[in-house]
Amino acid sequence: MMYQYDEIDKTLVKERVDQYRDQVARRMRGELSEEEFRPLRLRNGLYMQLHAYMLRVAIPYGLLSSTQLRKLALIAREYDRGYGHFTTRQNIQYNWPNLEDTPDILDHLAEVEMNAIQTSGNVNRNVTSDPYAGVARDEIEDPRPYCEIVRQFLTLHPEFSFLPRKFKVAVTAAETDRAAINVHDIGLRIVKNDAGEVGFKVLVGGGLGRTPFIGKVIRDFLPKEELLRYLQAILRVYNMEGRRDNLFKARIKILVHELGTERFTEKIEAEYEASKSDTRLLMDGIEEDRIRAFFTPPTYESLSDDAPDVDAEAAGNPAFADWLNRNVVAHKQPGYAIVNISLKPMGEAPGDATAEQMDAVADLADQYSLGHLRVTHRQNLVLADVRKQDLVALWKALVALDFATPNIERITDIISCPGLDYCNLATARSIPVAQRISQRFADMKRQYDIGEIRINISGCINACGHHHVGHIGILGLEKNGEESYQITLGGSSDVDADIGKRIGPAFASEDVVDAVETLVNTYLDIRQDGERFLDTYRRVGQDPFKERLYAAY
Amino acid sequence: MNYRMVTANTLKEGAVVFMTASGGWSQNVNDGKTVTAEEADTLLESAAASVADCSIVAPYLIEVEVAGGKVRPVRLREQIRAKGPTIQFRTSA
Amino acid sequence: MPLIKDGAVAEDSWTTVGEDDPIPGGKAVIVGLTRWKDSADDLSGHNGPLGVRLKSDEPPELIAKDLGRFDLIALEFPNFNDGRAFSYARLLRERYRFTGEIRAVGDVLQDQLFFMRRCGFDSLELKEGRNVDTAIDALGDFTVAYQPASDEKDAPVKVRDWASN
Repeated sequence: MMYQYDEIDKTLVKERVDQYRDQVARRMRGELSEEEFRPLRLRNGLYMQLHAYMLRVAIPYGLLSSTQLRKLALIAREYDRGYGHFTTRQNIQYNWPNLEDTPDILDHLAEVEMNAIQTSGNVNRNVTSDPYAGVARDEIEDPRPYCEIVRQFLTLHPEFSFLPRKFKVAVTAAETDRAAINVHDIGLRIVKNDAGEVGFKVLVGGGLGRTPFIGKVIRDFLPKEELLRYLQAILRVYNMEGRRDNLFKARIKILVHELGTERFTEKIEAEYEASKSDTRLLMDGIEEDRIRAFFTPPTYESLSDDAPDVDAEAAGNPAFADWLNRNVVAHKQPGYAIVNISLKPMGEAPGDATAEQMDAVADLADQYSLGHLRVTHRQNLVLADVRKQDLVALWKALVALDFATPNIERITDIISCPGLDYCNLATARSIPVAQRISQRFADMKRQYDIGEIRINISGCINACGHHHVGHIGILGLEKNGEESYQITLGGSSDVDADIGKRIGPAFASEDVVDAVETLVNTYLDIRQDGERFLDTYRRVGQDPFKERLYAAY
Repeated sequence: MNYRMVTANTLKEGAVVFMTASGGWSQNVNDGKTVTAEEADTLLESAAASVADCSIVAPYLIEVEVAGGKVRPVRLREQIRAKGPTIQFRTSA
Repeated sequence: MPLIKDGAVAEDSWTTVGEDDPIPGGKAVIVGLTRWKDSADDLSGHNGPLGVRLKSDEPPELIAKDLGRFDLIALEFPNFNDGRAFSYARLLRERYRFTGEIRAVGDVLQDQLFFMRRCGFDSLELKEGRNVDTAIDALGDFTVAYQPASDEKDAPVKVRDWASN
């Protein structure tokens, strides 16, 4: 079900906590200046934000046990202000810890085999993946063993701990891309070649931020045993040749762009060839098997895929039926379902959960989903192994927690970064905009009429809210001391990935929700049968939207 | 006319603080010492001692307005720093 | 400047000479890459140990043909965030099979020393004013590692079996 630490993992995490505890002590004693301490605390996930420190805790590829979630709840209660924030990279953030407490928080995390290692800094970050990994009907094989292998390989890597800039890897094995691999420094897609062998399609140089790029395919098929050698080649070329003269040009996407995909690929292949005499990184299958064993599918009950009780409830209970249609997804095992828990109730901060809610969800995971859950790239949670016969009871429990809003992939399922309410880099607020949009479109009937649409909001050009890949993207800026919001259309992080295009001049804060509504109404007026917002936009282009949007101004 | 004030975060808690007339630090922006633009650099320099003794981190100057005895930072970012997030965070039901 | 070698404070027997300084005969000297490139012939007459100092934008490829001539290669960290020399050290050890001394010079933080040793550095020159004792302790921050590197022979750390052969 999930990877479990052995002595090496435990020792490494403990030694890292000890090292960090010593760094904090040196800082408190004044032996380290803030300039020296900053990169050290960052590579352990500790930021200084607007009002306080912020600690980011890694949830490797978004997989959590109920025990771990209870620990996250305890930390929220005892060391923070009773809540946490789930992020687009499947992590959790605490907004109010004291510096002195952070080593103790890390001790707590180590007890449940968690850590904050490399959740920030110019290092490899949390390896992310499909939240439906292992249970999706459309996947070639479970990607999580590879995520875990990559996680370990790039944790405290002696050569790659001072990269030009941060580095993010995402892995998927499914047709539908729920891990946004096109906008990661390295995106890995598990594929089969003509001979039926499993390997990786390798994308490099995707990313958002101020210069967004879709990743370039540099290898159509990499035999799976070559994964680490190939990753080493990419990281080594990046470490030696990535730009270090300009912070804004330091990501690997700029290196790929400046060299050109062909030249970049040649360099990677040359380094890869040159390292072939080093057989140590060749996965011989033993380690792979050891790790894969942790992800063996659970023993499912033999159940019928028909669930008459569920059908009966759905027939007589529209609220349940909506939830079933929207938040529940087909499972590969008959008689089971994947349940999305929406962290986007109308008018709330996207991705936030209180300690009480975390505890309650942990209990539900134990009761209904084999004790595990997932965090999604879109800041929701997933119970991945629910018996269909339990869906009605689970729904009732989720309703009581305000976690049953049936809005997955609808207009109120908004991605939002923390924005200027918390973030030191932000130029405008994002959460209040998400809240206002969610209130404006609160009517579920209207949401269903609008259909699938992704709104992503970032509070600055760094694009933590992934605005570039929202069907509607909103970027908060500061103009003459006022917040203003730029709108982009046509982005996507799915298999049809694209970077959204700016539609025109920015909107004042009080006008931005109206602007979104105008865009949506335009779509409703001109859509053809079965078209999503994105499809209509791609068919007609900017003009019809632009005309309506700026006609009033 | 707008004034200047020195703000920082405390090292221990990361809390937002403002430099007071006595050279100490307060979490209340109204306790902060206001000076003219000409005096601002001198005030900022005087914060160095608090950096050296590890009580605060990264002090810098902000612009503030004073009206009716109340201090209000000019930039939205600083208003939010002074008052806290503008949103309700989720609390237990 | 304090020098750490083999996990202890060591006497520095090397002299770094500038672009135009005379080369003291019989002494162990370190020259910059430019001087080596410009006056390799002059230096061939040098009768003491010879080292070369590479800046962080000077990859070891540039001296690959001359490696047999050097007893020491100093890799420079202009600031501790510039991690290029970690790769250079590994390439020198693992690809070019350089067996002389590899020394870290420049802005080196104690929190990096463990990684440096794993990448094949065997001496570390701390900036003036850094605490040598805590730096030596920091070499032992970790007793385990997840991945193979250049420190196999006298591996101070335990790695998983698959990564250690």
